[in-house]
Amino acid sequence: MAATTAAYARKPRRAGPSRRRFGGPGPLFVAPFLILFLLLFLAPLGYAAYLSLFQQRLIGGTVFVGLDNYVTALKDPLLLHGVGRVALFFLIQVPLMLLLALVFALALDSGLLRLARVIRLGIFVPYAVPSVVAALMWGYLYGPDFGPFAQLSRKLDMAAPHFLSEGWMPVSLANIVTWEFVGYNMIILYAALRTIPQDLYEAAAMDGAGAWRIAWSIKLPALRPALLLTLLFSVIGSFQLFNEPNLLMKIAPDVISSSYTANLYSYSLAFTGNQLNYAATVSFLLGLVIVIASYVVLLTANRRRAA
Amino acid sequence: MTTTLQPPTTAAASTAPARHRPAARRRSTPLTIVMLAALAYFLLPLFWLLVASTKGTQDLINSFGLWFSDAPQLLANIKATFTQDDGVFVDWLLNTAVYAVVSAVGAALLAAAAGYGFAKFRFRGDRAAFNLVLGAIMVPATALAIPTYLLFAKVGLVNTPWAIILPSLVNPFGLYLMRIYAADAVPDSLLEAARIDGAGEARIFFRIALRLLAPGLVTVLLFTLVATWNNYFLPLIMLNDPQLYPITVGLSSWAAQAQNGGGGASSDMLPLVVTGSLLSIVPLVIAFLLLQRYWQSGLATGGVKQ
Repeated sequence: MAATTAAYARKPRRAGPSRRRFGGPGPLFVAPFLILFLLLFLAPLGYAAYLSLFQQRLIGGTVFVGLDNYVTALKDPLLLHGVGRVALFFLIQVPLMLLLALVFALALDSGLLRLARVIRLGIFVPYAVPSVVAALMWGYLYGPDFGPFAQLSRKLDMAAPHFLSEGWMPVSLANIVTWEFVGYNMIILYAALRTIPQDLYEAAAMDGAGAWRIAWSIKLPALRPALLLTLLFSVIGSFQLFNEPNLLMKIAPDVISSSYTANLYSYSLAFTGNQLNYAATVSFLLGLVIVIASYVVLLTANRRRAA
Repeated sequence: MTTTLQPPTTAAASTAPARHRPAARRRSTPLTIVMLAALAYFLLPLFWLLVASTKGTQDLINSFGLWFSDAPQLLANIKATFTQDDGVFVDWLLNTAVYAVVSAVGAALLAAAAGYGFAKFRFRGDRAAFNLVLGAIMVPATALAIPTYLLFAKVGLVNTPWAIILPSLVNPFGLYLMRIYAADAVPDSLLEAARIDGAGEARIFFRIALRLLAPGLVTVLLFTLVATWNNYFLPLIMLNDPQLYPITVGLSSWAAQAQNGGGGASSDMLPLVVTGSLLSIVPLVIAFLLLQRYWQSGLATGGVKQ
């Protein structure tokens, strides 16, 4: 996290005696984590990068092809559509989800609610539901046969909404993801709101600020780091969208193709297409896209703050 | 943002009644109604799941989805779920519990030790190493999964429990949380005093620091637990032996069977998928409700600091 890193670097070193030693026991504490990090994080990335430079050919076996796979990938309409779809998803679903989370967090923090505890926990509960189960549940709820929405419309003699049709699918997916994560984001924002010192509100009230004014001038600025954190997690989450489309694919195979999202595409390349080298390339590119998107988010946020 | 984290004793309680609100606060009925409507949206699918778990195939299709049928059979469904395919569902539950608990405990301890090391000691390359790990927070787990699969296939780790546990042990965000937490929760003076008393560094960590780090530790533990419990992509690509499946992959394989038939014999799978889904979420929901003061304060740590 660049913002964090920057803050960390700027902070003057604490002058405690334990912080001055070089060598010492510090490396022993961090070594187990770093060794596993090296083996399970950097090594796979390095190996994928290595594999992405080769191609398997019927004649001649595995050959070094330099950046050919990347050239192919950047021109691959299936990949571009997959990335485009998740980018669009990110631009529409994430702001909606975060806005809902923000509104809920402010409502909970306002102290105006009855049953606030029940509401807070109830909205958060979907986070504890595995996305597989969430997708299965919503898939059945959307269903044209025994889904309750279809049942109700039949009873009222109306046409049932086709939640699993081509046009509705992005909305249906967005609904599942929103359902899963609004509560999680809400809790992060709510927890940040709870750390604002009470006397700030008292001072503001003394100056004649109303509830809206306090929310706008004190709470929102104080939420900035927490909002940034939720935004970053959402970037990472939406670009790697896989579970929900993978499960809905089974009930709507005509709508969700094996390249519906970028991640679905690299999965099907590796496991049904058996194009391991190309799959490694696509994974690597996808990771790169996400890192770039995250940095864009961070830089935009930091520039606004500086301005 | 310069708000510092409270020491752990108050941090754990800070989301609860610690903060005083003006005593005579008015409550808003319209706002409450709006929020209750929102709550209904979030609970609706879970209510549907509970209702659906009490139904057989015929009732699932014919009776209204959001209310109980005349012949509830929750217990029969549970029994059928546990006995299908020689009780493979029990294996899935146990596998999931083992993968999740081992990963969570391991990840939390590794992150705590490293976070403590980075927060309390200076050594050559510490900053570079920490920044490297921070940068990794942005590398998504699923983009890493296929590369990890390719590497594990090379060294013969696929289709073993280690293929699920090992990648879950490294939690960069957990390290980030623990470093912040350790910096504030473990006073340098306490460490110095212990050193003067002649305690060794390992003893200081396990006897003193770890205790002060407990709330942060529980947060990392709980969130790794959830992440591993809910993990689908990694086990999907790593495992092909149904005996090793966690519950997510198992349920989705049943769902595929229920779907393929449409009618006939395989549609008998439908109640099993639904009941299995219900059974799989109960442990996590209970864990979250029981440990709420921990994860709420832990999340505050991540969101407040920057």
